[in-house]
Amino acid sequence: MDLQKIPHYNEIPALNGEFTGAAQKHKETFRERMYEKNKVVPSVEEAVRLTGLKNGMTVSFHHHFRNGDYIVNMVMDVLANMGFKNLTLAASSLTDIHAPLIEHIKNGVITHIETSGLRGKLAEEISRGLMDFPVIFRSHGGRAAAIESGALHIDVAFLGAPSCDPYGNANGYNRDEENVSCCGSLGYAKLDALHADKCVIITDHLVPFPNAPFGIPESNVDYIVKVDSVGDPKGIMSGATRFTKNPKELLIAKTAADIIEASGYFYDGFSMQMGSGGASLATARFLREKMLKNGIKARFALGGITGQIVEMHEEGLVQKILDVQSFDLIAANSLKNNRFHQQIDASYYASYLNRGAAVDQLDFVVLSALEVDTDFNVNVLTGSDGVIRGAIGGHPDTAAGASFSIVVAPLTRGRIPSIVRRVNTIVTPGDTVDVLVTDQGVAVNPRRPEIAEKLRAAGMPIFTIEQLRERGERIVGMPDPIEYDEQIVGVVMFRDNTVIDLIKKVKHV
Amino acid sequence: MRIITTGVAGTMESSDIIVTVEPRAEEGVELTLSSSVMQQFGRQIEHVIRETLKELGVTAAAVTAVDKGALDCTVRARVSAAALRAAKSAEYTWGTKQ
Repeated sequence: MDLQKIPHYNEIPALNGEFTGAAQKHKETFRERMYEKNKVVPSVEEAVRLTGLKNGMTVSFHHHFRNGDYIVNMVMDVLANMGFKNLTLAASSLTDIHAPLIEHIKNGVITHIETSGLRGKLAEEISRGLMDFPVIFRSHGGRAAAIESGALHIDVAFLGAPSCDPYGNANGYNRDEENVSCCGSLGYAKLDALHADKCVIITDHLVPFPNAPFGIPESNVDYIVKVDSVGDPKGIMSGATRFTKNPKELLIAKTAADIIEASGYFYDGFSMQMGSGGASLATARFLREKMLKNGIKARFALGGITGQIVEMHEEGLVQKILDVQSFDLIAANSLKNNRFHQQIDASYYASYLNRGAAVDQLDFVVLSALEVDTDFNVNVLTGSDGVIRGAIGGHPDTAAGASFSIVVAPLTRGRIPSIVRRVNTIVTPGDTVDVLVTDQGVAVNPRRPEIAEKLRAAGMPIFTIEQLRERGERIVGMPDPIEYDEQIVGVVMFRDNTVIDLIKKVKHV
Repeated sequence: MRIITTGVAGTMESSDIIVTVEPRAEEGVELTLSSSVMQQFGRQIEHVIRETLKELGVTAAAVTAVDKGALDCTVRARVSAAALRAAKSAEYTWGTKQ
């Protein structure tokens, strides 16, 4: 056959030459095949070898196992033992349990870190100047955009999964039987699996093909390793997110719900997200009463999902749930059992670069804050002593995406004021924050006079944010400023990956 | 006011301060302070402790204070109680509402 005789031969796409015969067909049964010809390899070390990982490359991890995660430490120990150096660790977030990374940083195994947040000893050491290359902090949406654009290239993703079949269909739960290390949605892992050059699933629960429904499809997976345990269930999630009994938080939540009701964004078919934190979660409880009273339903709830949202979904008050991360066992079980509880990936959740993110369809979001300043800038990343102790999460993504963003915080925490002249670290810019609710008063961003008008019409007292700051300072006094060195230890990105602030090395601690 | 024994007041609860006042041979107040908000309020807490002792007329004492974010009014109350106990004094001067 002379292919050149085909008119426009060179212009036909995906034409691989002339047919030379089909590959050998297999004849064994599907079940035999599943156990003999699959992607399961005997160890993490073997998987690493097969991926072709080299010094200087980027490895990625997800944080769905939160403080129960065994995967990051397990894999980094293996990589250190194999002699790897100069690696970039790109995690969707890191927490207290990852303190052993300090040694790997000191030994040059890890030289770069990308994350949404840091806590515990690792965070303290980094605040004291542990790393030469600053840690890059991105929001969940900013990280998704960086990865899908290829700017943040993942060479190998090591993704823990509570269930996986021998071909790599992985999920945060298992439909066939109960499994111990259930984490619900694998939203952050889905994106890494899709974009990484090589993807290794590490599971403690190997199930027969097909592990449907799945969060990560086999088409994204190269190798699978079976281990004894991927995480500590107690650290991965609680049974049910505790409903706060703190009277300050309850007062804040009740006020926030009243504000939502008066704001014009509480109508039949609205959409919402509740951030983590006692007061923001409790707001859902108060909203529920208003929804029942007024016969109003929500079209969807987004985000980190808790049992409280699930409860509202199951009683018909929230029609659909979009779940990038399940915060408790009730949420995880709902994802498994409720048809309109949909698992979404980080890009779908919050990326500013894709063809449509769910945060942009939010009416309102209720977000916690460590500090808010008189320009409404919010800090959720560094503590009042300047040390890193938090995570950006989806804070700036949702504040920017939602039509109405509410930040909740007690006026003071112990002796630390929450309203300050200038936050230690800007994570979410004041331009995107509409209302601040404290236990001792509400302030509306001057950029939203129409909201202030509506709240006043509803008979709600409003203060300026300066008045709230002064009230807090009268109680606790004026804190001395924190002393920093010049060394930049962290770069904080807004959701569009522009630098919004820098974290400096702390002087003492 | 003379310090003759060890006096303690306060708890380790958050927003409280535990103050121990002990006798000291030499003149002067020797203060050991640790605080969960040392960087932001260490200076202020030390100032309140020293002022309170001065008002009570305590000129020689060894004071240990472990602070968990107490407000100034709490610091003053705990220091006064510990000093009075250490002086075995019941001559409280109650504050009056202004």
